[in-house]
Amino acid sequence: MSPRITLAVAARVLTQLRRDRRTLAMLLVLPCLVLALLWWMFDAGGAPLAGGFDALGPPLLALIPFIVMFLVTSVTTLRERSSGTLERLLAMPTGKGDVLVGYALAFGAVATVQSALAVLLCWAVLGLDVSGPVWMLVVVAVADAVLGTALGLFVSAFARTEFQAVQFMPALVIPQILLCGLFLPRDAMPGVLEAISDVLPLSFAVDAMSGVSKAGGGAGLGGVAGSVWGDLAVVVGFVLAGLLLGAATLRRRTA
Amino acid sequence: MVKNSVRNVVEVRDLVVRRGRVRAVDGLSCSIAPGVVTGLLGPSGCGKSTLIRAVVGVQVLTSGTVEVLGLPAGDRRLRHRVGYVTQAPSVYDDLTVAENLRFFGRVLGVPADETERCLEAVDLAAVRDRVVDRLSGGQRSRVSLAVALLGSPELLVLDEPTVGLDPVLRRDLWAMFHALADAGAAVLVSSHVMDEAQRCDRLLLMRDGRLLASDTPGDLLARTGTRDVEAAFLAIVEHAQEPKEVTA
Repeated sequence: MSPRITLAVAARVLTQLRRDRRTLAMLLVLPCLVLALLWWMFDAGGAPLAGGFDALGPPLLALIPFIVMFLVTSVTTLRERSSGTLERLLAMPTGKGDVLVGYALAFGAVATVQSALAVLLCWAVLGLDVSGPVWMLVVVAVADAVLGTALGLFVSAFARTEFQAVQFMPALVIPQILLCGLFLPRDAMPGVLEAISDVLPLSFAVDAMSGVSKAGGGAGLGGVAGSVWGDLAVVVGFVLAGLLLGAATLRRRTA
Repeated sequence: MVKNSVRNVVEVRDLVVRRGRVRAVDGLSCSIAPGVVTGLLGPSGCGKSTLIRAVVGVQVLTSGTVEVLGLPAGDRRLRHRVGYVTQAPSVYDDLTVAENLRFFGRVLGVPADETERCLEAVDLAAVRDRVVDRLSGGQRSRVSLAVALLGSPELLVLDEPTVGLDPVLRRDLWAMFHALADAGAAVLVSSHVMDEAQRCDRLLLMRDGRLLASDTPGDLLARTGTRDVEAAFLAIVEHAQEPKEVTA
């Protein structure tokens, strides 16, 4: 790995995104629209329903960057694999880490802007109650986005077409959404499902985000509860594991 | 004076590559010398691309060895020294011509003016700021070729680089391949079009994963008593199929 090549890969991915204005606009605007819709459903009519936006906003702030970056990354890297550019890059002095970290940096940068906009909207405009520091919501969201990127890089190795890549969403992402505690508190689930949800990365991502917002989220290191730091550490661990698995799928030699 | 001491750039020994149930390369040995343009000719599906992938070091080998510049093919020390153009242009469709070259140039760590030189070499300076998506097929394959020229590699491997190109451009590209060879590089060009053979200094004829002949075009025609390489190819195939006692 070399910083020169890693940064070249990241800059190239960002240039490609910049050229695709429609995708870029959707990446930045759609999360805000979805969150506004959620607020409208629960809080705009007066008395908040079922915990309202304060309960559902944070999990969505965690879910959206994860889902979006998972999709974007799996399709982009699949394209890179099938167009022969990955083979060319790996025949050059590029390390596998350069490709993976380059992608993670580029999408992490996009996720930072995306999450900052979404968090700003929720907190400043839609009145989301955040007891911990607001910047921590952005930090957790970026970690979730990079988690989506790492997982997307990995699964792109198992898809031959973009249709197949998109189908990994119901296979790997939707079960995690169902089990992450958004629909039913995790401790209220059947024992087996609770145990499964306890080892899924998205559960930790949602817990971290909810932990920052809910009461008591501001007591700890840097004004952030210790449990949030713990959840964040687990998410980062999953990111590293995902990148390592992704590295294993990048082959210089193929049959 | 015969110079046998010139070290070959590529040495392939007893190479076998199985792809699925097919032996794409079936016990092939050959060598490629520096300073000449070597043509790898044979019909589609004869194993040319597999041999080329083995030379570049991106192919899993079943048995045999491939050595490039004295190192095993694909060795990390070779990654600056070998230029490779795949059959389908491997460049980013959503970047401009110049952006593609700049990106690969940064990966290779070549100076910025090197990208300019390679753009000129493939005659694409006029469309440098066009997105690759909008270019014609021939222009796209030239972008891919320009990337392979970055950093003046000692071995340049080109898989069917002239397919579908305008005859004028094809002539210019062959002139460029010879200029590169004159500068000391080894150039390996594959083609399924037999009449490109006369543009090569040496020929490797392939069929069904095996090497039929390794010769200069002139010696090949003289040996087979034919007028063109297509006829020579047929003569060799038919000769090989005759019963042994007749040919002996």
